[in-house]
Parts: sequence; structure tokens; C-alpha cells
Amino acid sequence: MAKRAAIVGVGQTYHKSRRPDVTQVELINEAVKAALDDAQLTIKDIECVLFGNMEECEGSFLTDCWATLGTGAYMKEGCKIYTGGTTGTTAAIAAAQHVASGLFDTVLVAAYEKQDESVYGMEPLGLVPDPLWRRRFRSGAGAASWFARVGTTYMAETGATEEHAAMVRLKADRCACRNPHAHLRLNLTMEAVLKSPFLLYPLRLLYLCPTTSGACALVVASEERAKRMAQKPVWFKDWVIVHYEIEGFEGFFPEGRITSHEQAANILYSRNGITNVRRDIQMAEIYEPATWAELQFSEWFHFAEKGGMWRMVERGATDIEGEFPINPSGGVTCTNPIGCTAMIRVAEAALQIRGDAGEHQVTRDVKTAVATGFGGSFWTEMVLLTKSLD
Amino acid sequence: MADRVAIVAVAQTKYEEARPDRRVFELAFEVAERVLEQTGLNNDDLDIRVTCSQDHLDGMGISDVPVSEVLGAQYGAEEKIASDGAMAARYAFIQILSGHYDVVLVVAQCKESKVDQNLVANLAFDPIYHRYLGLDFLSAAAMQANRYMHQHGITPEQCARVVVKSLKNAKNNPYAQRAMDISVEDILRSPVLAYPIRQLDAKPVSDGACAMILVREDRAKRLTDKPVWIKGVGSCYDAFYLGDRELADCDSLAAAAKRAYQMAGITEPLKEIDVAEISAEYSYQELLWSEGLGFCDPGEGGRLIERGVTGMDGELPLNPSGGLLSGCPTHVAGLSRIAEAVLQLRGEAGARQVPGAKTALAHGFVGPCGQLQCVMILGK
Repeated sequence: MAKRAAIVGVGQTYHKSRRPDVTQVELINEAVKAALDDAQLTIKDIECVLFGNMEECEGSFLTDCWATLGTGAYMKEGCKIYTGGTTGTTAAIAAAQHVASGLFDTVLVAAYEKQDESVYGMEPLGLVPDPLWRRRFRSGAGAASWFARVGTTYMAETGATEEHAAMVRLKADRCACRNPHAHLRLNLTMEAVLKSPFLLYPLRLLYLCPTTSGACALVVASEERAKRMAQKPVWFKDWVIVHYEIEGFEGFFPEGRITSHEQAANILYSRNGITNVRRDIQMAEIYEPATWAELQFSEWFHFAEKGGMWRMVERGATDIEGEFPINPSGGVTCTNPIGCTAMIRVAEAALQIRGDAGEHQVTRDVKTAVATGFGGSFWTEMVLLTKSLD
Repeated sequence: MADRVAIVAVAQTKYEEARPDRRVFELAFEVAERVLEQTGLNNDDLDIRVTCSQDHLDGMGISDVPVSEVLGAQYGAEEKIASDGAMAARYAFIQILSGHYDVVLVVAQCKESKVDQNLVANLAFDPIYHRYLGLDFLSAAAMQANRYMHQHGITPEQCARVVVKSLKNAKNNPYAQRAMDISVEDILRSPVLAYPIRQLDAKPVSDGACAMILVREDRAKRLTDKPVWIKGVGSCYDAFYLGDRELADCDSLAAAAKRAYQMAGITEPLKEIDVAEISAEYSYQELLWSEGLGFCDPGEGGRLIERGVTGMDGELPLNPSGGLLSGCPTHVAGLSRIAEAVLQLRGEAGARQVPGAKTALAHGFVGPCGQLQCVMILGK
């Protein structure tokens, strides 16, 4: 029978735009060391090392092979997992599955992106669209055009205003300023946000995730092992992966059908007896690549009823002290080392459950938390974490 | 390890020098359709798809986007292993053992013809010290071949015998790209690519795809009369910098094999394994990997082939399919080896069948000089 898996160590770098002081491997090692220290283990205790990143960002091939110098995978089992934006959650899920298989008691999983070694910023993402058909149309402006349309649609359908997006961005900044690991910590004012230039109306520069260099690592252990360890375990309760496969806008606006976010949430909640989402889950770390996405995605995850998210934002419900905190870490609009962005969601949710998030620890008692990944054409990954085993 | 995960269907394209008539995801579609047909399963029956490819080799970011689309992952699940295909099968095995999934489709596809392999391989070396030396997998392999041959007195003739055997075996394999009767002299006369590796010592550029379906034990019986069980699996990373390794040994392969053997309860691999399909991109690798897999003592790889132990009539036929030297793209390689091992155990290997094969070994690797190795033991 399958075994239970727990996160017993969490580590991440202090995320920054540029890290000229370290190589890619040294950057990875910072997170790996932090995760091992957090677990009070050494690399000798680890049986298997999994790894993920978005390899074209740095132009390196088989990064897991080079990364062995930083992950400590020498003479250990392991492999590389890569699914674009969702890589971080896919890798975390893979670690849980390796432990649940019963073949391993301790697995280390690491992910990183060092975007200061990219040609520039989002250029590598221009290689994602199909070279014969879509690449010419979307190069450069792909993600920005998606999220601008999410903004206009959200406003048109729900009655939200531009100010509501600004409130979400301000909330993210308030959170990031309390998270020492966050990349953009700007002490923003409403005035400053509303002065941020439009990339594409209504998507402002401040609303789109930055290009970040950083790494994240988790130590995952079996039940028997976790119970003998010093660190408080955070259990993988369940996980779900749902793809919407048609490239482009369709995943955001699947005419007459539900999005993969809604489908994933429906599966996860029904499988785990979650009937009242904001009661049964106490906080969420979601992959919101842009501020407008946090409003829309949250409704797709049923954190609010349809069209109701902006009202929750208005009353501060998603703040660190709120009734349903979303992204107390500052989220993706403040920190985005692509290949590990989704893993940071899992790491931050685990810290919240442990009560170890420091200054950005939510006031609500967290027993169950959800972390999400987003990527591909429109791919959703959700990970449900719990404080107790059942 | 109890018999808990079965391979119930396998399919391969014919491997060809170039497939300009098909895009890479169409190759994946072709083999996926065939394994679904074999089992009578449809897309909705698949719990997840594990794909295996490399963005750099596809010239595309998140290159599994078009692949998972044609594999029917709409409102379904897919994960990509950016490694050798054997690692993808290993992961599917682990996913089923984890209890989260019952039915997993594994697909690896690659069109090597699209990209300059040496250029991409150069990007696997660290960008500070080694990349600017112009190293690629061929030049790294040449260094390993030199070191290995020097250390153990392995001769170019012994390496050439691997090619003779492989290309002869390939004549019986309908999927093979290159098959012929050739002499040791022909190989030793072929042009040098990187000394001591000659053109015919190296695997050709190849396009193709391979797919299989793995299921939990209780699902296997309804899907096939001839399930093949995964008995053991192991993987292992060696050091990254070639200078940190003794290239005449293959420590990570020996460690991966040890884990797989332990899980499968194998103590004498040469006696207990009936047929092996291993990934050798260059002829010397079949000899060196044979040592790592424990088919002979260190340094004895040359004599192993001379004595005919690994021939079709030998004690342990090695690569009855012709292996990578007869053509198979990188990353598809390991999965294709597993597929060939499955055909052997099902007794469906046609003219390349090893009579009565009950236990088979399949192997894959990635990285310079085989840095990450994966070994799988399969049984009837």
C-alpha cells in the first residue's frame, strides 16, 4: 500500500533580479543547504535527488547533470522533471510520489532559475509557441496579452474596477515587505501603483511578475522517517494535475467549458471532502503570474463565489491578517524564478502550516493549505498540504 | 519487490535518418495510438501521461505542450521527464507504486535530424570552464574511450566487433535504421570522428518515437495475456566534471545496477538474465557498460565480446535489436530498450527473438560519458 509523504525541510534563496556573485550551481546549493539545515539532516541522509528548471532560460542542456555539484546528487538516484511554469509543483509532486512508492525514505527536490544569465528576460519564452503557426504572432507579448484580457474581462463581467487590481498589488507588496526572501519589496502606495505604466491596458508594469534569480528546495520523507525527525512534518494530503491543451487564449476563455483551474479544484475538493473551501482550507499560495490573475484564478479555485473576489479584496480578507489569506509571501508578482516559482508556493504553504513563516505568518490557524502551479498552454497543478496525518 | 507494476503494451516507430514528413508530436501520436489500440484503452482510461523529451533537442520551449495535446491530455494530466526514456518508465513505475495512478502512458519522441546534436551537447557543459573548450558528447566519449582502452588494453578491433554484432542483429529488427553485414576491417577503415571513435563506431542521427502503457497489477490481466513485470529499477548520478571521475570505470552504472539487482533478487546477472538491451551510443560503451552491469569483471569487456558471450547464440545476447548503433534517437533510447526487452519476454521479437527469455535487462543513460544511468529488470 502506498505510503504517506511529508515535507520535513524547506529552503530558498533570497530572491533577486541579479546574482552575479554566484554561479547557477552555487545558487542551487544555497537553497539545498537551507532545506537540509531546516530538516536537520545532511546530504548523506538523502537517498534520491530530483531536480527541475526551465532550461532554455539559461541556455544550458541537461541542467540536472551540472546541478549535481550543487544538489549533492553524486552517486544518488534521481532525475529531471520539467513542465514549464508548473515545474516547481510537478517536481514537488514527484518527490511525494517517490516517497509514497515505498522505494525511498528521504528525497531532496530542488528547482531554480537564474534569469540574469538569460539573453534578456522573457525572450526564451518566445520559443514556447509552435514554430510553424503561433510563434510569429506571440513573440514578446504572449503572457502580457493574456493577462490584459483577463483584466478587461474580469472588470466587464464582475463590476470590479482598476482600483481593485491596485488593491491586490498593494496587498502583495505589503506581504512581500514582510517576507525577507521576496524579490520585489517596494513599499508601494496606491498612487504609485496607479502611476505604473500600462504594458497593455489594463495590465500595468507592476502587475506582471518580475524576472528573478533564485532557487528553492524541499526535503520529503516517509511517515516512519518523518516521525523520528526533529522538524515538524507537513503532509502531502493529495495532488491533482489538469491540463487545458489548446495553446493561446482558449485556456483562459474556454467558451462554454470550465477552465483547468476549476476542473482541478473540483476534483481536489470532492476527493478530500472539502465542501466549504474557505473553512476547510485556511490559506492559499497560488501561482498568479499577474495581479489580474489573482482575482480571476481565486474565483476559479472557489476561494470566492463567481464575481465576488474583488469584494473580498476590498474588505482585506486576503491579507495576512484576513479571513482567507492568499499569497502571504507576496506571491509571483513579487518573486518569479520561473522553474522554481511553483515550488516556492508549496514551500511557503508548508511554512504557514508549521507556523514558521515569521513576519508573514498568517494570523489564522492553518491546518490545511493549498498550493498551486500554472504553466504550459493552460496547465493547473494543485497540492493539498495538512498539519496532521489525517 | 513483488509483481506490482506491469507493462501491457509497447510500440515503436521505425527509426529513420530523418522524418521530414512528420512533426515530432506526430511521431508521439503514432506510437501512442498503437498502444491504446493494443490494450483497447482510450484517453479517458489514462490516469496520466509521462512524456520524455528535451526542449533543446526540439528547438522549442516547454516542448511537451504540443505532445501532451495529441496524447489526449485535455482535462487530463501529463508530466515530462527531461532525461532518458528509461527514466520516464522508471518514474511511471514509481507513480503507480505511489498509489496515485493505476494506468500510465509513457511516450518518448525525438527528431535528432532537426538540431545539430554536437551544438546542443556542448550546452550540457558548464558555461564557465568547459563549454568554451568545445566539448560535446562525442569528444567526451572519445576521451573516455581512450582512457578505458588504455587502462584495460581494450583494442579497436574489440570495439569494432560490437558494431559488427549490432548491425548484423539489426537485420532481424524491422524498426532498425541501419543494418548490414560488415567486417571489422570496414569499421576500422571508416573516417575518424574523434579518435579513437570512427564513424561506424557511433550511433547515427535518428528520428523516431516509442510508447508503452504501465498499469497496476490488478488492471494488467484484463488488458493483455502477456504482461511483463518490472522486477527492479535503479538510477544513479556520477560526478559532473569528467576530471572528477575515473573514466575507465562506470561507478554510477554499477550502483544503479546494484540497486536494480537487489530489488529483483538477482545475484549473478550473467546467469540469471536471459537477454539485455543496453544503450551504447559508441561501440566502446557496450564493453564498458557490460563491466558496469556486472556481466564481466572490470577490464574484461573486450574478451566478453571476443568469446561470443553477448552474441545471439551466447550466454547473454546483448542488443538483439542492434541497439543504438543501428539507429535510435537519444532520450527515446532507454524507452526503446525497454520496449525491445518487453517484446523478448512476450516472445514477440520475431527473427531477433532469444528463445525462452524469462528475465531481461534494459538500460538507458544521459549526460557526458554516461553521468546519469538507469537500469531496469523485467520479468515474465
